[in-house]
Amino acid sequence: MTTDTAQTNPPPAGPPPAQHDLASEFLDRSTPISRLRNLLHRYPALSPAIVLVVAIVIFGIISPRFFFVNNLSLITQQVAVVGTLAIAQTLVILTAGIDLSVGAIMVLASMVMAQTAARNGVPAPLALLLGLIVGLAAGGLNGVLVTRLKLPPFIVTLGTLNIFLAITLLHSNSASVVGTDIPGLITWTGTTFPVVGVGITYGVVLMLVLYIVMAFVMGRTAWGRHVYAVGDDKEAARLTGIRVNRVLLSVYVVAGAILAVGAWIQIGRADAASPNAGTDLNLDSITAVVIGGTSLFGGRGTLWGSLLGALIVGVFRNGLALAGLDVLYQTLAVGILVIVAVSLDQWIRKVRN
Amino acid sequence: MDQKGTKLTTTDSSRPASTLPYTQPVLKATGLVKTYGKVVGLDGVDIELYQGEVLAVIGDNGAGKSTLIKCLTGAEVPDGGEIWLNGRQMSFKRPQDAKQFGVETVYQGLAVSPALDIASNLYLGRELRKPGILGSVFRVLDSKLMRKNAKAELDRLGISTLQDVTVAIENLSGGQRQAVAVARAAAFGSKVVVLDEPTAALGVRETNQVLDLIRRLRDEGIPVILVSHNMPNVFDVADRIHIQRLGKRAATITPKSHNMTEAVAIMTGAASA
Ligand SMILES: Nc1ncnc2c1ncn2[C@@H]1O[C@H](COP(=O)(O)OP(=O)(O)OP(=O)(O)O)[C@@H](O)[C@H]1O
Ligand SMILES: [Mg+2]
Repeated sequence: MTTDTAQTNPPPAGPPPAQHDLASEFLDRSTPISRLRNLLHRYPALSPAIVLVVAIVIFGIISPRFFFVNNLSLITQQVAVVGTLAIAQTLVILTAGIDLSVGAIMVLASMVMAQTAARNGVPAPLALLLGLIVGLAAGGLNGVLVTRLKLPPFIVTLGTLNIFLAITLLHSNSASVVGTDIPGLITWTGTTFPVVGVGITYGVVLMLVLYIVMAFVMGRTAWGRHVYAVGDDKEAARLTGIRVNRVLLSVYVVAGAILAVGAWIQIGRADAASPNAGTDLNLDSITAVVIGGTSLFGGRGTLWGSLLGALIVGVFRNGLALAGLDVLYQTLAVGILVIVAVSLDQWIRKVRN
Repeated sequence: MDQKGTKLTTTDSSRPASTLPYTQPVLKATGLVKTYGKVVGLDGVDIELYQGEVLAVIGDNGAGKSTLIKCLTGAEVPDGGEIWLNGRQMSFKRPQDAKQFGVETVYQGLAVSPALDIASNLYLGRELRKPGILGSVFRVLDSKLMRKNAKAELDRLGISTLQDVTVAIENLSGGQRQAVAVARAAAFGSKVVVLDEPTAALGVRETNQVLDLIRRLRDEGIPVILVSHNMPNVFDVADRIHIQRLGKRAATITPKSHNMTEAVAIMTGAASA
């Protein structure tokens, strides 16, 4: 079967030709601009990919140190946590929701992992499991509030963001746990190994594995398709026979599990667990997803786009810092990127009409 | 199916001429009530659909046609009344309950997912998985098979306006989207097919294709409920006509017993049956 298609299909040079005859009647192909728009509409990850390549080239020219192996290693580590949070964020945004509590859930889970192991003498694997359970429960709470109380996700997660932060501070007495007190298994995600000279941590590998697994789930399973359908048009999905609330709830629970893995990666990266770690991770994760071409209106976007988005954020922050610019310019650049990305999304979506 | 030719003379105009007097309806509802706050959508509606017929439902805007369809097919749970399918009482809680019993519906808003392609839409909610552990354990979809089947199904149904099943719905014209929704219902409806204004956005040729499809379904043994504002179409294809007025059934007529003017008069309340 598979060899069969390899022969009958035309060579994969650009988009398959016959496929778009029908669509082309209804798309405006008259100008180069509208053709570009159609292209971006079809491949949402294309624009972030271009931005990333351009950014890397420019920062490489500005500062030769950008391509030093230590620096590349640093960028991947910086991206690992935000990139993992962006997976959870992508799932929620695909359902036309938003999760403001991703950072708070991650910090809560990381404090549970580190503290139960360091202070309460819980064995490391069990401590990780406890963190995972906390992540699942926190995501589940978001999901229940969104589906049962029918509150907008923005409001629900704004509330739970503060609740989770308060619980974290109470539970930890606002004190960090340093790496030397934490068992090796929990800080393992910070261990590096060389890949063509660049030090890569197991945390980065873990993030990539999560991307591969979740991209597979989103693209090749009914659940993934239903997540898109629910985000696309909730009522249509319901009438088609999809259990909308069940899909929504499961999205928040899965997001919680991913955030727990993010917590593990964060502990390795920081070689510590701090209750104040996650404050700007929320917005960075949303930024990554939005830059990555996922629409805030739901139903449109890819995980790979979010990974590109996380890399863009990481490269911008790193490159601007190397160029000797103050942190405030990094923040400025990220802010501009978000506005540009959302405007681009709006513009691309006009293809529909 | 040779009953079609044998016209039984019956005094009861609410039964199709083609059905024996005491055949039980395939789908029947009695006393359906549905209110939305203070708005009464359905005010005690009865409806019967018999084997071998096309039952049209007509009525003014807001008469409760779509509400009736939704209550019959699980999209809304009625506040009161009973629904029977082949003599069994049903309580549809959600659309998939009705689908499970072979009742397929095209809702007025079409209920298609714009970002997904035609094949995915046809199979949405009942996806096919790969054989073996790939499908059973890893839940992998068999997209290739779904595309192949979708294409075959469109050919079988004679829906020529959809050529390529990998095109996203949002890139289709309004009429093509409607064709997708009709194809989905026709492909999976094994007991009853319900169509709420399936030809509203269609051209003359495409409308005729859908009307042909409706007749073919009926002749293959699947009775059809058709909601439409298009009187010539209704009188063309329907065996009986349910006239909905102000949330109630005003009358059930046949194209033989009444003409269009009389039907419109009943619809608007200018005359009674
Ligand atoms: N979800 C809803 N919420 C509130 N009121 C509703 C809802 N759905 C229908 N109604 C009301 O119920 C009544 C019947 O509506 P329905 O959609 O069944 O009419 P219809 O006969 O299908 O009209 P049309 O020909 O315009 O499609 C209307 O008064 C409408 O306002
Ligand atoms: Mg209607």
